[in-house]
Amino acid sequence: MSSYEARFKVWRGDVEGGGLEDFKVEVNEGEVVLDIIHRLQATQAPDLAVRWNCKAGKCGSCSAEINGRPRLMCMTRMSVFTPEETITVTPLRAFPVVRDLVTDVGFNYTKAREVPSFVPPAGLGPGEYRMMQEDVDRSQEFRKCIECFLCQDTCHVVRDHEENKPAFAGPRFLMRVAELDMHPLDAATESGLDRKSTAQDEHGLGYCNITKCCTEVCPEGIKITDNALIPLKERAVDRKYDPLVWLGNKIRRRV
Amino acid sequence: MSVVDRQEWDVVVVGAGGAGLRAAIEARERGARTAVICKSLFGKAHTVMAEGGIAAAMANANPHDNWQVHFRDTLRGGKFLNQWRMAELHAQEAPDRVWELETWGALFDRTKDGRISQRNFGGHEYPRLAHVGDRTGLELIRTLQQKIVSLQQQDFKETGDYESRLKVFQECTVTRVLKDTASSSGSAAGRVSGVFAYDRETGRFFVLEAPAVVIATGGIGKSFKVTSNSWEYTGDGHALALLAGAPLLNMEFVQFHPTGMVWPPSVKGILVTESVRGDGGVLRNSEGKRFMFDYIPDVFKEKYAESEEEGDRWYEDPDNNRRPPELLPRDEVARAINSEVKAGRGSPHGGVFLDVSTRMPAEVIKRRLPSMYHQFKELADVDITAEAMEVGPTCHYVMGGIAVDSDTAAARGVPGLYAAGEVAGGMHGSNRLGGNSLSDLLVFGRRAGWHAAEYAAAQAFERPPVDDVQVDAAAAEALRPFSAESPEEGTPENPYTLHQELQQTMNDLVGIIRREGEMEQALETLAELRVRARRAGVEGHRQFNPGWHLALDLRNMLLVSECVARAALERTESRGGHTREDHPAMERTWRPVNLLCQLADPTGGLAATDPVRGQIDLLRETTEPIRSDLLALFDKEELVKYLAEEELYE
Amino acid sequence: MATGTEPPTTEPHPVGGGVRTGTRAAIDAPHLRTDRWWLAPAATAAGLLAFIVYSTWRAFADADYYAAPYVSPFYSPCLAERCEPMHAGPNWEIFGGWWGISPAIIILIFPLGFRLTCYYYRKAYYRGFWASPPACAVAEPHKKYSGETRFPLILQNIHRYFFYAALLVAGILTYDTVLAFRGGTDENYEWGHMGLGTLVFLTNIVLIWAYTLSCHSCRHIVGGKLKHFSRHPVRYRMWQWVGKLNNRHMLLAWASLVSVALADFYVYLVASGAFDDPRFF
Repeated sequence: MSSYEARFKVWRGDVEGGGLEDFKVEVNEGEVVLDIIHRLQATQAPDLAVRWNCKAGKCGSCSAEINGRPRLMCMTRMSVFTPEETITVTPLRAFPVVRDLVTDVGFNYTKAREVPSFVPPAGLGPGEYRMMQEDVDRSQEFRKCIECFLCQDTCHVVRDHEENKPAFAGPRFLMRVAELDMHPLDAATESGLDRKSTAQDEHGLGYCNITKCCTEVCPEGIKITDNALIPLKERAVDRKYDPLVWLGNKIRRRV
Repeated sequence: MSVVDRQEWDVVVVGAGGAGLRAAIEARERGARTAVICKSLFGKAHTVMAEGGIAAAMANANPHDNWQVHFRDTLRGGKFLNQWRMAELHAQEAPDRVWELETWGALFDRTKDGRISQRNFGGHEYPRLAHVGDRTGLELIRTLQQKIVSLQQQDFKETGDYESRLKVFQECTVTRVLKDTASSSGSAAGRVSGVFAYDRETGRFFVLEAPAVVIATGGIGKSFKVTSNSWEYTGDGHALALLAGAPLLNMEFVQFHPTGMVWPPSVKGILVTESVRGDGGVLRNSEGKRFMFDYIPDVFKEKYAESEEEGDRWYEDPDNNRRPPELLPRDEVARAINSEVKAGRGSPHGGVFLDVSTRMPAEVIKRRLPSMYHQFKELADVDITAEAMEVGPTCHYVMGGIAVDSDTAAARGVPGLYAAGEVAGGMHGSNRLGGNSLSDLLVFGRRAGWHAAEYAAAQAFERPPVDDVQVDAAAAEALRPFSAESPEEGTPENPYTLHQELQQTMNDLVGIIRREGEMEQALETLAELRVRARRAGVEGHRQFNPGWHLALDLRNMLLVSECVARAALERTESRGGHTREDHPAMERTWRPVNLLCQLADPTGGLAATDPVRGQIDLLRETTEPIRSDLLALFDKEELVKYLAEEELYE
Repeated sequence: MATGTEPPTTEPHPVGGGVRTGTRAAIDAPHLRTDRWWLAPAATAAGLLAFIVYSTWRAFADADYYAAPYVSPFYSPCLAERCEPMHAGPNWEIFGGWWGISPAIIILIFPLGFRLTCYYYRKAYYRGFWASPPACAVAEPHKKYSGETRFPLILQNIHRYFFYAALLVAGILTYDTVLAFRGGTDENYEWGHMGLGTLVFLTNIVLIWAYTLSCHSCRHIVGGKLKHFSRHPVRYRMWQWVGKLNNRHMLLAWASLVSVALADFYVYLVASGAFDDPRFF
């Protein structure tokens, strides 16, 4: 395969409005969508706004929607498209747009702050932590997250319902709750914090209807739904829908 | 008159990578109100790219390990040019810094008995790198990020405001460090008074007033064409320090990582972690030969295996065998690959072969090197469990940097300025060992934050005032690219074109193998580019305008590139990350010599465009002699290879 | 200062809902996907619909559900007096004579409830029937969305109790499958026989067990709820094993749905005399 001229539609504009702009641009062997966006910047649109950093799928900066699907631009090879295809690139559509392909992802940072941090176990100093590999495996999978926020973007709970944003942490941060709840040494319970019930009460776990789009778009291949969200739902069930526990709470409240 | 927004903070940290965040945590915990400014989103810093691990002599994998051994390895790797006190502090404190991460929620890979697992790496005598698969940098940055969030949660509980004591200004760029002037503060002139920055999103300018500024901006790799570094690595911190009057140390030492991807062209330079070799990967040329056995330098002869059989046995039985030469320090491996390719024994795309597929079962590869597997599969259509990778050297790290005091991380010559991480010089000497950078970030990030907070507290009642003239000048400088439509001479220049030419120049003329004539030519080209860069023009307005951002970053890249080229021209020997074809030997007489770069025109003007004069003055300095108890850690026979006669008998 | 470099003052474009919210990038199309994204939800809906139609017909038919030695899984256990008597079959007249309609209705509640609250089926019908969402990054047609936060969908949380019931049902179907190894004449009804139906039943019961055990609730109960796997090595091993099955939960959900319908259909064919069960021995 040698180089060819591809047709691109790139959304340009800001919060006041904008639209898809047509470009014709050279594509060479082995390139990814981000290379093409860079070529547009260097040759046709020097002020085309785009976020990127590592260009190796490790930092999660260059999230966008390519032909309507949330993806990392640096990990989308041009070879997945035919040379005849028009490739549409838009900013993430669940977040407010700043300019061109750049969106305001502040929602995610707000949500990150609302998840109580790791609680270190009392009585264990630095260097005294002992954890078995099998006990950290689960949380380690979730810590592979590069915070590209594609799962937050694709999740219909907030993508299609702006009004749900205050109540719903989104897959990324529900996964963070799961990560901490599965951390072998997290001492939240001892400190009076029950991550299992707060997942539902404060972070909106109930909004998730497990339709798995978060898992589908995850560039790290984390099984967000099966390994984090559903286990978290089951843990919430342990707390809140187990009839024995429910009865116990009821009686205790009476007394 | 300046109308920019101003805020008061105690400590401002420029850069939110490992060093910057660690500094911010320390400063905040010591009571300083701390602001962090970073060019990218919070949590995206280049530290995420670090793959292999954090070097710390915790002795979890091999009980013989201790800080002295780590210190020794570090000095050997840096060819004894390291600022030895930094190397000492680093080796001593690294284990505590790693353990501390666990108390903040980090989850490293584990040993069988539940401690932190440690892996082998080039130049380290024992398995020493705490790691999480091959995404250690991500774990580090995320842990620090989450620690910051937890401090903000504490502040929220106490003050009702998450950002009352610790705030991250993300997607903002600092263009100047401000200092107080004689007229405003009398005798104490020259202290840091704050920073001038712009918000990338809106393009608005603002000033953070603070008596202490920690620079933690990372490296300079974006001045080179083939690099593993991200766009942020434009040498901002180096340039900020220079412009503020602080010298840079030993800028000629640039590390070319031996293994970057070479194909396809668009990913050329992306890093292939050293863990591939640490876990058993081998380098072969087009003839199928493990060529590294031919490239063991004399100083390392006793430490490395002489046969493939011995090298292979080492992975299982490190106490009775010597390590394979694939695990030599990075400079040696990079040069060897370069020579093989030059001799016509390279791979089809101009690299050599790095093979794990014949050395480990597929599942082990996928478990131990998941992101490498992913990276090659996605970007190059190569299945590393079935075929060899093609790799070649890529610009990776700058050992040189802001000259700092070892204990306090204070930049020399500018009170209130601190530097930590890659932007600080000295720690790694002429060549950095893999894994030593993440530990460096933590050890000296903490020290910088600590001393910056102490210094700021001492200034609390006589905070250095911000000079309005400097603010106006900084604003005018930042806006210049917009008024380039009417230049005095010639047409506006495209900043992207200038950047590409700069990268090509540095790559070709001041790259991995250097020659006097080429570097002189580079200095001339840099002077031309400097003139043209003054005409760099941009379209559009200030809101998230990448063309404008690049035009501003060009100043920094040009300054730093000149430092590299000038220092490289001056040092007439080959050592670590600096290889002169015309002076191929390491000279003991150069061992105690530091090269300092300083701004030629300290008034802050950048008018100097004469290629001979340039913007940078070079200064030679003799290093402080290595403390005798540290020297005693080495055999006399080894020291003879490195130290000058007179140093040996002191 | 240079002029014309100030960013424009920002005023959101006209407001809509969801992806058309005023502050977001102004794109009218509800999605820009170019692939056949509708295929998967359409196929899911068609498959589920076919099963619903078939099972409704069979459940209310109240006939042709027993042909010795086979009892239709839809009618087992048969808990009413009106049930056809089966040779040592699952006849337990708990409901007595007052139950007037098909006895399948009593027992089908449990497998139906199990599948209805199953994490996989939830995804399938939320997408296929309710278009919530129809596919990833395709705007859903609903104005409001509260997910599983309130009645009735909050009841999805009782999945694990249906799982316990499903274990019982699977146990009874196992018993039925064992019974399918009988045969011979009415006078000489004995063990040690096998026909094509026995194979159909065997296949079905294997898939039913695999689907039941691959359930997310099961995965949670056997080990997922633990904080320290290292302290419970046996449960850890079970969790890993269930996890492997769980990876194929969707496949097993469909396979067992088809197999249970086929098993019933086989009984129907034999019982209605449309087909004669080929006996091997």
